[in-house]
Amino acid sequence: MSANGQIIPSSLSISDLPWQIRWDQDKCTLCGSCTAVCPVNAIELGVFRKREITAGLGLAEKPSSSQSIRYGIRQRTSPAYACVGCAMCSMVCPNDAISPVRNDGSDKLRYHINQGGQPRSRGGRRNDPSGLLDQIKFIRISMLTDPALDAGRHTFDVNTLLGRVLEPRDALKHQREHGWMPPVREIYPLVIGGMSFGALSPTMWEGLQMGVAYLNEEMGMPVRICTGEGGCPPRLLRSRFLKYVILQIASGYFGWDEIIHAIPEMKEDPCAIEIKYGQGAKPGDGGLLMWHKVNRLIAAIRGVPERVSLPSPPTHQTQYSIEESVAKMIQSMSMAWGFRVPVYPKISATSTSLAVLNNLTRNPYAAGLAIDGEDGGTGAAYNVSMNHMGHPIASNLRDCYLNLVKVGKQNEIPLFAGGGVGKNGNLAANAAALIMMGASGVQTGKYIMQAAAGCLGSEQDRCNICNIGLCPKGIASQDPRIYRRLDAEKVAERVVDLYLAFDMELRKILAPLGRSTSLPIGMSDALGINDYHAAERLGIRYVV
Amino acid sequence: MCRLFAVTSDTPLSPMKALEALDAMREGHDGSGVGLFMRDLGGPFAAIKGAPILSGIFTDAGLKKLDTLMMDIGFMTKYRMGIQLPETPPAGTPPRDIYLIRAYDYPRTWENLAEEEKHRRLLKVRLQLREMGEAEGDMIVFSFWPDVIMIKEIGDPLTVGRYMDLDRHGITARIIMAQGRQNTNYAINLYACHPFFLEGFATMTNGENTAFIPVKEFLESRGFDGYIGFQSDSEVFVHILHYISTFLDLPLDAYKHIITPLPDEALNSHADASVLRILKQSCRRLIIDGPNCIIGNLPDGTLFMAQDSKKLRPGIVGGKPGVWAFSSEVCGLDTVIPDRDKSKDFQPMHLDMAMVGPDRKEVKVCRQTDRLSRQA
Repeated sequence: MSANGQIIPSSLSISDLPWQIRWDQDKCTLCGSCTAVCPVNAIELGVFRKREITAGLGLAEKPSSSQSIRYGIRQRTSPAYACVGCAMCSMVCPNDAISPVRNDGSDKLRYHINQGGQPRSRGGRRNDPSGLLDQIKFIRISMLTDPALDAGRHTFDVNTLLGRVLEPRDALKHQREHGWMPPVREIYPLVIGGMSFGALSPTMWEGLQMGVAYLNEEMGMPVRICTGEGGCPPRLLRSRFLKYVILQIASGYFGWDEIIHAIPEMKEDPCAIEIKYGQGAKPGDGGLLMWHKVNRLIAAIRGVPERVSLPSPPTHQTQYSIEESVAKMIQSMSMAWGFRVPVYPKISATSTSLAVLNNLTRNPYAAGLAIDGEDGGTGAAYNVSMNHMGHPIASNLRDCYLNLVKVGKQNEIPLFAGGGVGKNGNLAANAAALIMMGASGVQTGKYIMQAAAGCLGSEQDRCNICNIGLCPKGIASQDPRIYRRLDAEKVAERVVDLYLAFDMELRKILAPLGRSTSLPIGMSDALGINDYHAAERLGIRYVV
Repeated sequence: MCRLFAVTSDTPLSPMKALEALDAMREGHDGSGVGLFMRDLGGPFAAIKGAPILSGIFTDAGLKKLDTLMMDIGFMTKYRMGIQLPETPPAGTPPRDIYLIRAYDYPRTWENLAEEEKHRRLLKVRLQLREMGEAEGDMIVFSFWPDVIMIKEIGDPLTVGRYMDLDRHGITARIIMAQGRQNTNYAINLYACHPFFLEGFATMTNGENTAFIPVKEFLESRGFDGYIGFQSDSEVFVHILHYISTFLDLPLDAYKHIITPLPDEALNSHADASVLRILKQSCRRLIIDGPNCIIGNLPDGTLFMAQDSKKLRPGIVGGKPGVWAFSSEVCGLDTVIPDRDKSKDFQPMHLDMAMVGPDRKEVKVCRQTDRLSRQA
């Protein structure tokens, strides 16, 4: 701060920021790469002036003063330019001369980030790295009463069903009488959850689609990907790859004009239609694509003007009751594809999930229910929604499953769980725990971004700027100068890598449990947790 | 590991024969318990085929409770087989007051009821007795069904058989299923000992069913009062058999398709692909897992053996027209039918089900790749 600088309430020092830039003058070559790459312009060229006083020991020589100037990196402290900790500066520095360091005290930025009366919005997840799913252990190990299986050599059938499965007597009756059979898809239990074209960059989307197509066509894994709310590129709609895609419709109906018009030209039916009523990251709030990302292409696909923010309403505006909102909408969407495509709602986990589920059990067209817990990710939401709104997935899913068990409809309405699956990198273990608590499959988005594209976001508030289109990795940006950093082919390779690794890890969990013939949905006797109350709540074993 | 032995014979056999077969296989079981199921009875029961027989273990107090209840309902004792026991039971076998095998006349008020309704009520009475005995442990009821006797006890099978002196009491049967181990996957409980019986269906299993909990939850939510117990993970095999036969009216060869459905590639090329796919999807909750060899018996007397989808347990079928045996090991078979053509012995593999019908003429093998014997 200069001598005549003014201190205002939001004046911050570097010590007040959550991330501080450490820069080593000896190593720096002043190449300028870091300042060029920084997505939030947190660092800039600094000109440092230094006055040196030289005073000799004797009296003969008079003290002298000199001025020197050096160039370097200066961190900006204004809230608008606060470092987000992405560490792209470290990545591009040829000499390892710079890196962000987390403030080990409590930062003061949090009190000033609402400049202009705008509460903070961001991307990412709830800023809480802990998670119950990671505490769950698989305790029922087959050994002598039944031998453990060989994850590498035995065959495993882990596919799951998406679609309304009829009760056995009804199924046989419908078959005998050539009645309508609800469409059921046999899919891989790890679904790439809805991340829209718009939230994600074209290269990211292309990479994901290529990876999914490869897994299906070359590896024989029926992996499915959900579009999120943002429509679907016209060529994909008219391609045979559409069958690997779950089309999402949400309260903004973005892109659905294009989709509906493409129906007569579709070579394949989509895998399913997901009607999004809620999202775990921001329950009770609609989707949000901020104007930064609404370029010409996105605007065209979504059917909106360029450069306007696109907040979807919190609920589907054309309906006002659960019956209309769920039953009629499911029916309408089913009808659009001649009742050949499963249609299911996605809700955010909430203490009222059971009401939705009970409604679905009475709706013969409801093909499932996806529940997204509080740890779900998003491309853009208010910080307060992300951090404080929502319900953990584990108990919500378990309640729903046990409710279905009570009425004898478990797995007839498959439950798909999402929100924090693989939050700490334990994707297969988290997924298996949810499956054994009753999920027919799991959805994950954030893990895919992290593993397939190198997303830097974390639950300790690193990066998390997906909302403003400046994603330093080019995953969640619509700026070609940024997203060309991401090679779609490499993303596809990583998608395949992570699925194959997941599959092996899943088998490494199932084999010792002696399960291979079918996905162990609801095998709660295999689970244990070192938390008495959690064990009681989830109906699993308390182990210490 | 359990060892299983079942035999179906034109001539009624003593259950001791089956226990001798278990004894031949004693290296394969721990001799911790014995379960016997007998049907199509000879001896004193041959003349009273239609009369329901109650099998169980009672204390003196439990017997009084039983008599009071049966009198109240109107059951009259038709024949009672008293098993005289030596003073001291063999090591490991608890002392019991009464091993009860008693045939009843139906209550007068039941006379005009259809057979099906009578059977339904017999189940209710059995469940009521079982429930009455839960608190005090004074009544343990295994079966209450015409022409069926069951015995279960803790201890070495052959020793227990000799202790009860089964030969002397003249019990014989054309169909016998025997199992040589108290279930130890969960707590020791006679209700957890195979074979299991429900409304004319019986099964016993070697190996643990790791898909127990989801299968149990499905069965419990069917709203049928006979699907109770679940002290053993293997009990669900008889419930599944009962469910697909009575609720779904499926033929026996569909049983294997329900518990271990074909993988999709095999299913796609199957002649009954469409119905099998529907069964695989809608009965997904009945898919079993783990190493299992199942031997079962249908109300019509058909005896069968099925294996899990990886064939992880031993099982062999052999015999000659008139007498066939299903055994965990060939030495069990040799003990009871030494004079058969051994070259015709058959070991069902992962897709197979071996059955011997009530005529006992031949072993019929159904492979899952075959067409269903009857359309669902």
